[in-house]
Amino acid sequence: MLTVLFDGIAYGMLLFVLSAGLAVTLGVMNFVNLAHGAFAMAGGYVAVLLINRLGVPFFAALPLVFVATAAIGGVLERTLYVRVYAKSHLEQVLFTIGLVFMAVAAVDYTVGSGQVFLELPEMLKGQFHVLGAGIGKYRLAIIVLCGLITVALQYALARTRFGSRLRAAVDNPTVARGLGINVGRVFAVTFAVGSGLAGLGGALGAEIVGLDPVFPLKYMIYFLIVVTVGGTSSMTAPFAAAILLGLGDVAGKYYVPQLGAFVIYTMMIAVLIWRPQGLFARGATR
Amino acid sequence: MRSRAFAIGLAGLALSAAAMSTVRAEEVVKIGLILPMTGQQATTGKQIAAAARLYMQLNGAVVAGKRIELIIKDDATVPDTTRRLAQELIVNDKVSFLAGFGITPSALAVAPLATQAKVPEIVMAAGTSIITEKSPFVVRTSFTLAQSSVIMADWAAKTGLKKAVTIVSDYGPGYDAEAAFKERFVRAGGQVVASLRVPLQAPDFAPFLQRAHDAAPDTIFVFVPSGQGAALIRQFVERGLDKAGIRLVSTGDVMDDDQLNGMGDAILGSISAHMYSAAHPSAVNKAFVAAFEQANHFRPNFMAVGGYDGMHLIYEALKKTKGSTDGAALIAAMKGMTWESPRGPISIDPDTRDIVQNIYVRKVERVNGELYNIEFETFPAVKDPVKAARM
Repeated sequence: MLTVLFDGIAYGMLLFVLSAGLAVTLGVMNFVNLAHGAFAMAGGYVAVLLINRLGVPFFAALPLVFVATAAIGGVLERTLYVRVYAKSHLEQVLFTIGLVFMAVAAVDYTVGSGQVFLELPEMLKGQFHVLGAGIGKYRLAIIVLCGLITVALQYALARTRFGSRLRAAVDNPTVARGLGINVGRVFAVTFAVGSGLAGLGGALGAEIVGLDPVFPLKYMIYFLIVVTVGGTSSMTAPFAAAILLGLGDVAGKYYVPQLGAFVIYTMMIAVLIWRPQGLFARGATR
Repeated sequence: MRSRAFAIGLAGLALSAAAMSTVRAEEVVKIGLILPMTGQQATTGKQIAAAARLYMQLNGAVVAGKRIELIIKDDATVPDTTRRLAQELIVNDKVSFLAGFGITPSALAVAPLATQAKVPEIVMAAGTSIITEKSPFVVRTSFTLAQSSVIMADWAAKTGLKKAVTIVSDYGPGYDAEAAFKERFVRAGGQVVASLRVPLQAPDFAPFLQRAHDAAPDTIFVFVPSGQGAALIRQFVERGLDKAGIRLVSTGDVMDDDQLNGMGDAILGSISAHMYSAAHPSAVNKAFVAAFEQANHFRPNFMAVGGYDGMHLIYEALKKTKGSTDGAALIAAMKGMTWESPRGPISIDPDTRDIVQNIYVRKVERVNGELYNIEFETFPAVKDPVKAARM
């Protein structure tokens, strides 16, 4: 029981790190980025390259993965995405889904269709036994890392100048521009950071949810569920939603294995019927 | 006058060209090999394609005066695509054989087409018992899950294991494996305390393994299709199940030769029951493995041997019908055929068109620095138990 709780929280926090970037682009920039999963996959494969092929130690590779994916996100944002900001949501969907297919095919062609595994450091393999429950070392590390990232995100949003510029640009971009805030640059940096987080999540998640070329298509639905259930008005709501969904998914697969995969969808439907704007939403920002 | 002569000459030229092309078409026999070259079961496709090409390389491309042409198509592990590709191969390419079929749903989807077009369907990979019953044109050279599962249950009961949890993938072969194991194990006096089914697509084994662990069995019986074994073993080790004194027994699909080396020392001593191990100690197998590894730089697994024997079946059937591609004649030629395969002696059961083969119980050991399934017990000429029970 304790193990299920623990596993659920680990999975939930992983989902949060993966979805945080999407919550920002969708909620803050009002841009439907279905290619978010492709950045996560890119991060996963960069991690495989660094750790398995080049022998970079696990913890040193993680910041590199973040930077690499953020750079990819930044470049794509400036060259491709910026042309689609002003278009309708349908066109954004078509554009980003096209990117996903290209990413999936490119990875399939270069690396092959099989699932890839990261070589974990010895200290992260196995489990402790606490209070009769098995606590996986890797999942514990995930909880700690994702917790730190969440705190850092919240701090950046609430306490830094950049955070206040971002919140201003979200609340009213016209007035923000009038006050001299470079809204375009703020969004570009936010997009890059969101993509970097997705990449980091992809690398961390390779051990838990598996990494293969169709990852963006398989897990896109989970990221969208987190963002939808959480609402897009703050950081805390997607966090709560992710934890709830992680717990629900793991507990569902454990206690009701026949329905296991459907628990997460049932929860989404139930929450949205009760609170259509998301868990903690105060109403739409745009 | 001149234009008429010209027209006659042109007509003559066209006629002779048409005659020549039909003559050439008679000399080519096409095999439509539909495999999952991408997608979840991509390793199956890779192995079977390599084995089929190796067979043609070693035995030549001409049989009974006909030139064999192999057309490989990728169905990406999607049965709808398999059906469409089979249709195109029959109608456009006019194949005389359909072969491959990486998963049961793909083989089942094509069975009605095989019946309608009277084209033999050679199942080289899929493992559910009922496939051969879906069309009189289906012949199988792979295996059935029931064959391995009953042997595994017998062995587990004999070793004194009493309490089992079964974990299988949630599709045809999984149900076969679960039912066969349960029936035999319970009959031998054991108890199956839980039967868990993991999704076929994108499975997350962690909660199911946790559940199995909490049921406190002395053995866990597992079946997942070729290619998913590595992920399962990683989770098995991470959950500490190997240290909890739980014996892992499985069908050989989990202890896949293709992935064995990547699984690490945690699986040393694991027991499985299957029809092929790359370490099978026969001269035929040693030659096969050597030739395969030289051509491909990876080890053959049980899927490869299914493909290799499927090609052998096609070649021998054509020799028996003296090159005739009549579907019914080819099927009649295939029934009852026996030969020495790299896996051991095999035959095609004339009543069911299914494969009859030895099943070996193996243990994972390290040989020359690599992990292999070493056979230590042989059960000869095992027929598919599901169909045998009904006869």
